[in-house]
Amino acid sequence: MTHSKILEIEDLTVSFHTRVGDIQAVRGVDLELYKGETLAIVGESGSGKSVTAKAIMRLLSKKQSSIKQGSILFDGIDLSHASEGQMMNIRGKDIAMIFQDPMTSLNPTLTIERQIIETLRMHQKLTKHEAQKKAVELLEMVGIPQPEIRNKQYPHQFSGGMRQRVVIAIAIACNPKILIADEPTTALDVTIQAKILELLKDLQKKMDTSIIFITHDLGVVANMANRVAVMYAGKIVEIGTVDEIFYNPKHPYTWGLICSMPTLDLKDKELYTIPGSPPDLIHPPKGDAFAPRNPYALSIDTLEQPPMFRISDTHYAATWLLDPKAPKVSPPDEILRRQQIFERLEAGEVVQ
Amino acid sequence: MATPSLLFWRELRLSRMILRRMLQIVPLLFVISVISFALVKLSPGDPVKMFVTPNMHPEDVERIRRSLGLNLPIYEQYFRWLGQIVHGNLGYSLQNSQPVLGQILQRLPATIGLMGTALAATLIIAIPLGLVAAKYENTWIDRLLNMISYISISIPVFWFGILLIEFFSVKLNWLPSLGMQTIGENSFVDLAQHAILPVTTLTFQGCGAYYRYVRSNTLSEIRKSYVEFGHAKGLSIWKLLWSHILKNVMLPVITLLGMSLPTLISGAYITESVFSWPGLGLLSVDAIFSLDYPIIMAMTLFSGLMLILGNLFADMTYQFVDPRIRK
Amino acid sequence: MHDVRYELLNPATLGSKQVTYTERRETVLYRLFHDRRAVTAGSVLVLLTIICLLAFLSPYDPNQLSIMDKLHAPSWAHWFGTDDHGRDYFTRILYGGQVSLAVGLLSMLIAVSLGTIVGTVSGYLGGVIDGLFMRFLDVFMSLPSFFILMILNAYLKPSVQNMIIIIGLLSWMDVARIVRSQTMSIKEQEFMLYARSIGVRMWRTIFKHLIPGVMPSIVVAASLNVANAILTESALSFLGLGVQPPASSWGSMLNNAQGYLGTASYLAIFPGVLILIVILSFNVIGDALRDALEPTE
Ligand SMILES: Nc1ncnc2c1ncn2[C@@H]1O[C@H](COP(=O)(O)OP(=O)(O)O)[C@@H](O)[C@H]1O
Ligand SMILES: [Mg+2]
Repeated sequence: MTHSKILEIEDLTVSFHTRVGDIQAVRGVDLELYKGETLAIVGESGSGKSVTAKAIMRLLSKKQSSIKQGSILFDGIDLSHASEGQMMNIRGKDIAMIFQDPMTSLNPTLTIERQIIETLRMHQKLTKHEAQKKAVELLEMVGIPQPEIRNKQYPHQFSGGMRQRVVIAIAIACNPKILIADEPTTALDVTIQAKILELLKDLQKKMDTSIIFITHDLGVVANMANRVAVMYAGKIVEIGTVDEIFYNPKHPYTWGLICSMPTLDLKDKELYTIPGSPPDLIHPPKGDAFAPRNPYALSIDTLEQPPMFRISDTHYAATWLLDPKAPKVSPPDEILRRQQIFERLEAGEVVQ
Repeated sequence: MATPSLLFWRELRLSRMILRRMLQIVPLLFVISVISFALVKLSPGDPVKMFVTPNMHPEDVERIRRSLGLNLPIYEQYFRWLGQIVHGNLGYSLQNSQPVLGQILQRLPATIGLMGTALAATLIIAIPLGLVAAKYENTWIDRLLNMISYISISIPVFWFGILLIEFFSVKLNWLPSLGMQTIGENSFVDLAQHAILPVTTLTFQGCGAYYRYVRSNTLSEIRKSYVEFGHAKGLSIWKLLWSHILKNVMLPVITLLGMSLPTLISGAYITESVFSWPGLGLLSVDAIFSLDYPIIMAMTLFSGLMLILGNLFADMTYQFVDPRIRK
Repeated sequence: MHDVRYELLNPATLGSKQVTYTERRETVLYRLFHDRRAVTAGSVLVLLTIICLLAFLSPYDPNQLSIMDKLHAPSWAHWFGTDDHGRDYFTRILYGGQVSLAVGLLSMLIAVSLGTIVGTVSGYLGGVIDGLFMRFLDVFMSLPSFFILMILNAYLKPSVQNMIIIIGLLSWMDVARIVRSQTMSIKEQEFMLYARSIGVRMWRTIFKHLIPGVMPSIVVAASLNVANAILTESALSFLGLGVQPPASSWGSMLNNAQGYLGTASYLAIFPGVLILIVILSFNVIGDALRDALEPTE
């Protein structure tokens, strides 16, 4: 991945104002997105993934929230300070987004065609007729049979999976440079999930779009992403290539996520879950936010936040365990097994 | 594209549904007619007295009673009465012996004109204001509009009318306060001048409810995720309000509209009384004061019928407009 | 070099706390009393009611005619002036207020009781009874109620009692509908199913479990109902079909004031402002209650 950077987020900090205090939903996120890659953001629900995505799109309501710090560089513009007018030009055209629930993303009282055409005519100088033709092409592209007929129908005439395809068609209508997919398959059946993921991968190849793929399910990430960022309590705690995160994870939180992945050979093993629940983001803990749930917590974790330790050029993790002064701990068996595979991968072997 | 045969089936299904709804209102109509009839029967005073002179023979009185059908059992009287009504014979006014139907038809245009204008003005004012207030939720403009809307739904309409008369007719002497026309004059300007105050009264009263309805519906629409997705497509909030939210907000407004249709006909009793507007409302109130049963009965029947049809209309339109129900 | 800060912690000493964003469990009443609109409107109503009830303290007789004092403008002696028969207008306003408030509250009580009974029984029993009740409700909904009110008031001798009963009997339908739908949803909840399965009697279940559950919506409907009842009474009285002289309500005072537009405008101003304030307050309280019951955030 030596492509050029297309999006560069630095120290992004977002808060929600509530009566009981400010919820610090995103607390200093640094991220880079390269051209043509898929970056997955994973983490339990409530970790700030959606807020990060909406901050990029500037979809957060000004009344309830604010971007406290940081910058979001795209195409030479700092999106965090862009005007609403600038953003309207970027949304849907350069950066598109699809949401979790395809059932509610479409307006129930307008035809599919109108909802596709709207985007096209907003961003491209097309006549109504050209836009209609393009809409049919788009539906065909996302794998909707009989696009001419389906085009004139209303959302309630589509199944969940088909609706998500329509949503995707709308999102890619203007060939966006970045596509943010926020849990695009969470609301769907497992079999349909796989098809939608396949579609996204396909489209990416055809259009050379960069994708930010958000999910709480590490399982779907493996075949989708080039790189993975693990998020916890509003921070990126580990980031690396897909192999590095899956086979050589360093952060105990990532270990937890991997161990709680359902696997096929799960027979008599209980499915592991990370104990406890995410911290209060109004009064976030002083040190490492994960410490209270971390079986490998060090004293220092309760005092100071760990910096990002470098593991390789592409792999960073924020845990004091990587400090040279930290004791050597032995990760869970599953992680050890994976690290062995990683060593063989590094050595250039082809691993099954 | 729906093929012709598909369209045919859809329409057939729709007309079947319309038929079913029509059948449902038959019992309602029956009850309303019974109530109207009861109103006449329960009315104080003996209708025969109208025709009786002090020096009449009791046999003559009895003969009149028989000729009016008052000697028959009550249910027979009802069906005779119903038969008359179905044939358009609503009886004669006790005040001036004119046919009731003729009087109603004569007064109808004044009421429809007044109410129609007011309703149109209400929609034109209240819908945009509701959308704007929702867009600017919790800002000063929203608060101001909310306050005015509270006054609008709380103010007694007759008092508002009186205030308008007091100010614009009595103090400033700008506008006439009574009737629909200056006697001897027959111009549109004159009519319009007479209409301004009653229309304003009705409009102010109507705006509050529609505004609040549109505002709260818009607020709940704005929170839906198709609006967020719309933003993500690059649409502005105004564009979304106009081409997405307005339609969805209008669907329930149609119900409200259908329910207010009956008032188009039966009129605004109070407003017409305050401004002596010669419509059906004034006719009814006058009839009530002089216990003019035939008119009272006809107006009861009429208002009930309109109420039922208004609800039916609201339902129907909803079915046609909302694709989710239309299927 | 050993650094104690890098020691592993004993996991047993750590326990993650549950996230609690709301420190105080906010009750409906708490929210209501922290809603400035509701508190203002409520205080206004309480104050107005007390003042109206204290009318007997006035040195003036509300019905004592005195041609000499006819149509005096407001002054220290007569705060709201005198009317066309020389009666102290302030005193009459207070007595009129008693009538208006009484009609509003009592007819609301009738409407709400009737609506609650019809709604709970219909929603609870379902089936044939429900169908019957709903047809019954449909009939009432398709009555031109204000027209019927006028007619009944013209037929019957318009008295305050009659008016309370008639208004009450013609305005229970909204309550019934709300209560019915609430009842149907509560009915399906577990504790209700349990109560029924162990054979608790219908009325007992209704009073012990159902009514408390639907109470909030009833209260909201009730406060809007009072506003409507007062408005209806005043409209009827304004038309001359309501409260009859020598008794008076704010509506009938306005009827009377119509003859003095331009010459004694205060006769129309005072009762109108009071009706507006009272109805406004009930509407505001109704809304505040609804917000307090289902906070949106
Ligand atoms: N509109 C909002 N108002 C207040 N808090 C919010 C809002 N949206 C999100 N949050 C808070 O921000 C945090 C992160 O949420 P989110 O980004 O949606 O999580 P996820 O990783 O599941 O997408 C959560 O703790 C949530 O409580
Ligand atoms: Mg999310």
